[in-house]
Amino acid sequence: MNDSSASDGAKTPQSLFASRRKLYVRAVKGTFQNWRVALVIFTQIVFLGLPWLTWGDRQAFLLDLVSRKFYLFGVVFWPQDIIYLTAVLIVSAYSLFLFTAIAGRLWCGYACPQTVYTELLMWIEHAVEGNRNARMKLDAAPWSANKVTRKLLKHGLWLLVALWTGVTFVGYFTPIRQLVTLLPFGVSGWSLFWILFYGGMVYFLAGLLREQVCKYMCPYARFQSAMFDRDTMIITYDAARGEPRGARNRKTDLKEAQLGHCIDCDLCIQACPTGIDIRNGLQYECIGCAACIDACDEVMKKMNYPLGLVRYTTENAIAGGYSKKEIWRRMFRLRTLIYATILLAIIMAVAVSLWSRNALKVDVLRDRGVMAREASPGVIENVYRLQIINTDERAHQFIIEAAGLPGMEIGGIEQPISVDGASRRTVPLSVRFKLPREGWEPGMYPMKFTVQATGEKALQREEKSTFMVPEN
Amino acid sequence: MSDFTSNFWDFYIVILTVGALLFCVWILAVMGKSKKEEKAANSTTHVWDGDLTELNNQLPNWWRGLFWVLLIFSVGYLLYYPGLGSFKGLGGWTQTGQFDKEMAALEAKTKPMYDGFLAMRVEDLAKNQKAMGTAQRIFLNECARCHGSDAGGAIGFKSLRSGAWNWGGAPIEIEESIAGGRTGVMPPMGEVLGGEPGIKAVVAYTFSLSGRPHDTNLVAKGETLFEENCAVCHGADGKGMKEIGAPDLTDNVWDYGSSEKAVMRIVEFGHNSELDEGGFAMPAYKGVLSEGQIHLLTAYVWGLTNR
Repeated sequence: MNDSSASDGAKTPQSLFASRRKLYVRAVKGTFQNWRVALVIFTQIVFLGLPWLTWGDRQAFLLDLVSRKFYLFGVVFWPQDIIYLTAVLIVSAYSLFLFTAIAGRLWCGYACPQTVYTELLMWIEHAVEGNRNARMKLDAAPWSANKVTRKLLKHGLWLLVALWTGVTFVGYFTPIRQLVTLLPFGVSGWSLFWILFYGGMVYFLAGLLREQVCKYMCPYARFQSAMFDRDTMIITYDAARGEPRGARNRKTDLKEAQLGHCIDCDLCIQACPTGIDIRNGLQYECIGCAACIDACDEVMKKMNYPLGLVRYTTENAIAGGYSKKEIWRRMFRLRTLIYATILLAIIMAVAVSLWSRNALKVDVLRDRGVMAREASPGVIENVYRLQIINTDERAHQFIIEAAGLPGMEIGGIEQPISVDGASRRTVPLSVRFKLPREGWEPGMYPMKFTVQATGEKALQREEKSTFMVPEN
Repeated sequence: MSDFTSNFWDFYIVILTVGALLFCVWILAVMGKSKKEEKAANSTTHVWDGDLTELNNQLPNWWRGLFWVLLIFSVGYLLYYPGLGSFKGLGGWTQTGQFDKEMAALEAKTKPMYDGFLAMRVEDLAKNQKAMGTAQRIFLNECARCHGSDAGGAIGFKSLRSGAWNWGGAPIEIEESIAGGRTGVMPPMGEVLGGEPGIKAVVAYTFSLSGRPHDTNLVAKGETLFEENCAVCHGADGKGMKEIGAPDLTDNVWDYGSSEKAVMRIVEFGHNSELDEGGFAMPAYKGVLSEGQIHLLTAYVWGLTNR
């Protein structure tokens, strides 16, 4: 498709660096724009609101890195639960694979923070500097009081949004209600750094860099093409219907003028946040936002042509003229079924594992210095440290029992052991075993500890260990 | 400080490091010269797929700028910190210095807490749950290696829960044991007692003192032998002498094992904790732990049997 440039290129190789061309994105109205607005509002409500919820007397969603505890509503995750983080990552990855295989870059177009914040900051720009034409005129105009005021106002509002985003972000890691009372000067150094860093990134990436991030910085934009196939829903220009393109008025007879449905108004290009022409076919820059669909449909309505000259469809459907039903049938192909199966299996495994999650964790450490000793004639003692980790948020009383050899007893502690909510306690203890007769075989014997919360049957854990009978 | 016997490796490191930096400078200087305007002149003549030509383009300026910044940084770094062979660096930084500094900072931070503990009597401190939590952590770090996590001791290592104190169980005596350490000597008595029959008799007598089952026929002989040889240290009544750490033999607490065989062994061969023969010394913790930490540990150890 690059015939002309290839022949040029042999003589004068082109520079690989493309200077940035400032985009003035046209605001559009339509179905997909409504979806995007809804998703911006939804994701923002979740992001901004979540840290403000409380659960009992603490923040409902708090990732406390300092004390290494993640609070998620009724559950407290400890470092031992890192496997769930892995699960979250795997589920996210497979969802991405599945959605991309079915309908392309849905994530990029509707939910990615880069898209959401760019959209948000564009609304501010639109409100302050006016629509596309007004903005172009303003930028071309010489500096005036009006221009300075508008620019200052725009960047000021951007920074406000960015800073509040930064504060909210830090509020996920340090209690937000306390954080906001400390603003601006009482905040600790690192909190301030992350507020400014995250806020600065919002301003920089979503305000200034925008489509450059998607085109040059984002790795996902590049590897997602591996998940596409010819049955993936993508945003496509129906060239067979649209070409040959050209200007006309509403009464022009298409057959007579030998024209397709595309009136070559360029609105799809103006509406594109990455500045591409969808009529050139599938391009890596396309983030799948569907703004061009909305822009084109508006024109088609005015021209009284059928909608969907630019639409969500698949490559195969365009080539083979599939019906909607056929496109749907092809959604269920091997690739999507495999993704869906794996995704479902992992989600179910995680759900089961979370459901049966034991809030009690016990680590048993045998004493190394004291392998075994004689407590009194004929009575052998081994020493252990039990680390009782109560991840439940309520304090519990625990009874520790040892079993494995007949008549084993625990000594050196007063039972029950109380452990505060969401905390741990190291319990050094000895296990006593009276040799039943002379000449008992020395050696290691398997045994187990049972830690049981009083009054809560489910809160129980068994840990294996060994008991040593020394040589006499 | 060089860990090597010759200076060769010092020079080796200096030459490699400085050489590598100079090489980077040279590369940057050469690659920094702007290329010819005509792009075709930069071709490496490698061509793929008919029209993909590999060019030898100049690195972006911001990239080369970063390289220069890094190079200048590395020069400053190698001047300030020890990095070039045995050169100590102008900043005087050392690992041990850093360690000492951080330990001093920690000490300064915990000093008010320990000062508070120091002002308290051991008897009151032992009732303070928070203080005892800290004390337990120190105990598990420092003392549990020998005395066991539960302070129940092991063969040759005193149980701190038995209630029997060789060197005295008053708070001030315990504090002294921890701070100054203890070494005790039990001389080998095998020959003096006349070999196995004598040892057996003495052990039978000590078992009778502790109320343990024993061979009653041997007690009379054992008592005579005990009075002649053992009473000097362990006392005529066998209750020990805390001034020299001679243990009480009437309390049925056996530091070196309770079986007849084990007790006979210690009588025959003795132990000398000063020489680490047959038994180990309690090391002095003064200087290892702070005064406040020792005081806190005293309260913990005392509290194990006095609650």
